[in-house]
Amino acid sequence: MDLSAYPLELPKDDCPMVRFMNVTKSYGALVVLDNLNLDIQRGEMVSVIGPSGSGKTTVLRMLMTLETINGGVIYVDGQPLTHMARNGRLVPADEAHLRRMRASIGMCFQHFNLFPHMTALENCMEGPVQVLGLSKAEARARSEELLAMVGMIEKKDQHPSRLSGGQQQRVAIARALAMRPRIMLFDEVTSALDPEVIGEVTQVIRRLVAEHDLTMLMVTHQMGFARDISDRICFFYRGQIEEQGPPEQFFTNPQRERTKQFLRAVKDAD
Amino acid sequence: MWDFLQTYGLRLSEGTLVTAAQFALASLVACLAALSAGLGRLSRHWLVRNFAVIYIEIFRGTSLLVQLYWIFFVLPLLGLSLPKFTAGFLSVGLNVGAYGAEIVRGAILAVPRGQWEAAYALSMSPAKRMRRIILPQAVALMLPPWGNLMIELLKGTALVALIAVSDLMFVAKQINGATFRSAEAFGTALIVYYLLARFLITPAMRGLERVMARRLGKV
Ligand SMILES: Nc1ncnc2c1ncn2[C@@H]1O[C@H](COP(=O)(O)OP(=O)(O)OP(=O)(O)O)[C@@H](O)[C@H]1O
Ligand SMILES: [Mg+2]
Repeated sequence: MDLSAYPLELPKDDCPMVRFMNVTKSYGALVVLDNLNLDIQRGEMVSVIGPSGSGKTTVLRMLMTLETINGGVIYVDGQPLTHMARNGRLVPADEAHLRRMRASIGMCFQHFNLFPHMTALENCMEGPVQVLGLSKAEARARSEELLAMVGMIEKKDQHPSRLSGGQQQRVAIARALAMRPRIMLFDEVTSALDPEVIGEVTQVIRRLVAEHDLTMLMVTHQMGFARDISDRICFFYRGQIEEQGPPEQFFTNPQRERTKQFLRAVKDAD
Repeated sequence: MWDFLQTYGLRLSEGTLVTAAQFALASLVACLAALSAGLGRLSRHWLVRNFAVIYIEIFRGTSLLVQLYWIFFVLPLLGLSLPKFTAGFLSVGLNVGAYGAEIVRGAILAVPRGQWEAAYALSMSPAKRMRRIILPQAVALMLPPWGNLMIELLKGTALVALIAVSDLMFVAKQINGATFRSAEAFGTALIVYYLLARFLITPAMRGLERVMARRLGKV
């Protein structure tokens, strides 16, 4: 792969928080993302929508470095994510670089993935103590504050198996935030929830948007929610961005035929 | 029977203590060997992985008795002499550890992928992911099969009598040789092995399983 065309880093003063530059991802012969170019600005909330299998999850997982990429470069805050500069060239990043880079990124999963052998509070304290090296007292204070923010402080000493899906997801959000990330990734965080508890999770995300200057990338099937809180909607179709724009314009006046089809299909499903 | 126990009870108890000590030390060896080899099998390093595979293959693929004789009779020829007591629990422990390694490996792989990913997303190092997140959950999964293995291990310790470690079996054979009261001598041994397995090992493992279940908040 020839990377000489890619800058070693982006100019610090006006670079986007995230830049995908010609990023390609394939599994064997299956091309999942095809030459993706996407910028996400600081503090921007971008919702990713699209049909099943269009590559939405893959975009988030690449950013979390859970997936390798086959072509192109991703920059986070101007620094290459899965590459690093050595002798004036970009080379694949080593473990230390990857760990440093992903420290600024937090992720919430569809199935929560809380640690079952730890209480809600211990789940939140784990990263700050083990990774950031905070003292137990500092980590506890930080975690309790976040658990209060997501409305889970009364349940802080419960194990995940004693919590409902909505409660587990709120703890998972607090756990990710305890690392003080600058970018948050949400992959269908309400898809595994019963309808009546979806609201308690979306409420937390609304608060994050309103009160924090996080950069957020959210995959969702909830069109109304995405429309309410996003700065921009990105519609993925077969591994490419078919259409994107501000939510009002995107939902009221979509330009592309596939977007219209997709929006009709989800409206019929509702 | 009563006069038999009055005469030989003390020696049989001493033998039982030796068996218990062999069991305890062999269990320790088995745990350490199983953990190292189980993790080694999953290592990213080619050399470590192969080392673990070779250990597992050798100790699972050959009989415990042959291993015992090797460690006690052949290693001295290669310059490493071990006292018979040490050779005894070491052989039994290494043999059982090879079976345990597969249990450890299977349990680690059975921890859901999402747990790895969540720990990874928190920027935890590979060692911390394993130690803090994966292993505690894997231990809970490996306890039930591990309980069976511990009973096998207890039975396996009877073989150390063949290199003249004076365990329960050795004492029973001696008494039998001197008195020809086979039924009483081996009958007592049979019952003691059963009682140890049934009333010490099994309840201990159940207790551990309960502790683990509580740590996972499943009670
Ligand atoms: N590990 C993998 N191996 C092979 N193919 C994969 C793998 N992970 C994902 N894919 C394929 O990549 C494509 C995109 O997957 P992705 O999970 O990104 O879709 P998605 O847009 O998130 O879909 P959904 O809405 O169903 O979650 C799919 O065709 C999927 O089958
Ligand atoms: Mg998905």
